[in-house]
Amino acid sequence: MNRILPRLLLTPAVATLFLWMLVPLLMTLYFSVIRFNLLQPDQIGFVGLANFEYFVTDPSFVTAIGNTLLLLGSVIAITVVLGIAIALLINEPFAGRGLVRILLISPFFVMPTVNALLWKNMMMNPIYGVLAQVWLFFGATPVDWLTDWPLLSIITMVSWQWLPFATLIFVTALQSMDREQLEASRMDGAHYGQQLRYLYLPHLSRSVAVVVMIELIFLLSVFAEIFTTTGGGPGDASTNIAFLIFKQALLNFDAGVASAGALFAVVLANIAAVFLIRLVGKNLDP
Amino acid sequence: MHDPTLIRQNLMQWLRTLVAWLVALLLFFPLGWLLLTAFKTELQAIAVPPEWLFAPTLENFHEVQERSDYLLYAKNSVITSVVSTLLGMLIATPAAYAMAFFKGKHTKDILMWMLSTKMMPAVGALVPVYVLAQKSHLLDTQLALIIVFTLSNLPIMVWMLFSQFKDIPHEILEAARMDGAGLWQEWRMVLLPLAMGGLASTGLLCLVLSWNEAFWSLNLTAAKGGTLATLIASYSSPEGLFWAKLSAASLMAIAPIVVFGWFSQKQLVQGLTFGAVK
Repeated sequence: MNRILPRLLLTPAVATLFLWMLVPLLMTLYFSVIRFNLLQPDQIGFVGLANFEYFVTDPSFVTAIGNTLLLLGSVIAITVVLGIAIALLINEPFAGRGLVRILLISPFFVMPTVNALLWKNMMMNPIYGVLAQVWLFFGATPVDWLTDWPLLSIITMVSWQWLPFATLIFVTALQSMDREQLEASRMDGAHYGQQLRYLYLPHLSRSVAVVVMIELIFLLSVFAEIFTTTGGGPGDASTNIAFLIFKQALLNFDAGVASAGALFAVVLANIAAVFLIRLVGKNLDP
Repeated sequence: MHDPTLIRQNLMQWLRTLVAWLVALLLFFPLGWLLLTAFKTELQAIAVPPEWLFAPTLENFHEVQERSDYLLYAKNSVITSVVSTLLGMLIATPAAYAMAFFKGKHTKDILMWMLSTKMMPAVGALVPVYVLAQKSHLLDTQLALIIVFTLSNLPIMVWMLFSQFKDIPHEILEAARMDGAGLWQEWRMVLLPLAMGGLASTGLLCLVLSWNEAFWSLNLTAAKGGTLATLIASYSSPEGLFWAKLSAASLMAIAPIVVFGWFSQKQLVQGLTFGAVK
């Protein structure tokens, strides 16, 4: 019984995930080598690697890879650094800490489409937006964020969403710190910078790994923020891989080329997964 | 009272309180602004300079309901997120239990493989899933979203539950087994009470993720099976500046989950640390 039971319990999860992975992958493989336009469903034929050639030689491809990585890297850097800073700030008790915690976590619960429209209109509109008002107040010329800084705008929205998540994980981690050790280090004359370097940051390393990992999983495929605000533009300035494939499939109706692109996304995901597994393997032995 | 270190400590405490509140208010500001704008008239919403004091109106909420069937989308959101969460828990819990308490040679590999399926961007599966949904007449239905939400949340759920279960000492379960408890009793009397926190936070996260999911709902559903995320996206079309109505619709879409999140945030975050906090 001890052998069969665990397998029996594991089977539903493994089987469904296996199908969820394999069926789309095989279909994608098949679509990627045929001519498959959603507008001309009857014209189907083997085209070999033409779809791949088209996708890779599309100038948008390189831009999209760059944007994907830039978006991923920036958001992770911003949320980890600011997250640690805010966590250290609210780690000690102060008046209204509970309320501050609730205010801080709120953006995490906001759906990406609302997040995007809120920033696009009320915050970043170059005439009526709050940021434009702030710029005017300081005598600066308001910026047309989505046109002039499209990728930065997306990074801002996504960071706003994920900063609360990082902060609260770090706060939870800090609460388990050894108080006596901190006290002892202070007695020995360690100043805050040294405490940060030798006590706080090492203690946080595992939770940094967790934050990076989860954000990697969710941020490789940022979509709604781009879809609802810039539409990938202007040009390809804010198009990531996810959005490029979407454009091929549902805006250009070319499912063949989109499938070829999807296979690239799979490769990219696997590279990230290898990186992730090494990271987790080191920091979070299950 | 004139002890300089005491004064310095007091000053630091004031400074900490001040900065913490400033940071919190700054990060919350966009949401607070959304809340205010939802109760303004369209003219007040785009007033320059912005209006802080005004007579609140409920006009926008009526108009949102009239223009698009809010309740239909809300019902779809509730059904898809609740059902997919329950279904996911039903599949994920036994798997996590098996991995945590009957650890084998390949347990770690299986776990990593599951996570790697989550790394694959949803868009990679867009065309096949779209074609499958179309062929089985599931486009624009709740069922399509329930299936996809369950599958795409499953790896995270298994992982989260696993990291909770593995902190429960095996001896407790063995002791129960020694006392003649069957599998069901072992689960109900021993495991369930101990794992309740972990189960709750996993379910909470799953609810939040499904409620806010936008990629699949935008691509697979429209006017019949659409969730609140799709309703909001329909406001992105450039048909003029209707910020007050947009804000009202947004507020109605996020309020349920944000308020729910406020009450459950402690529990949620505890489970989200994925065993990173000892």
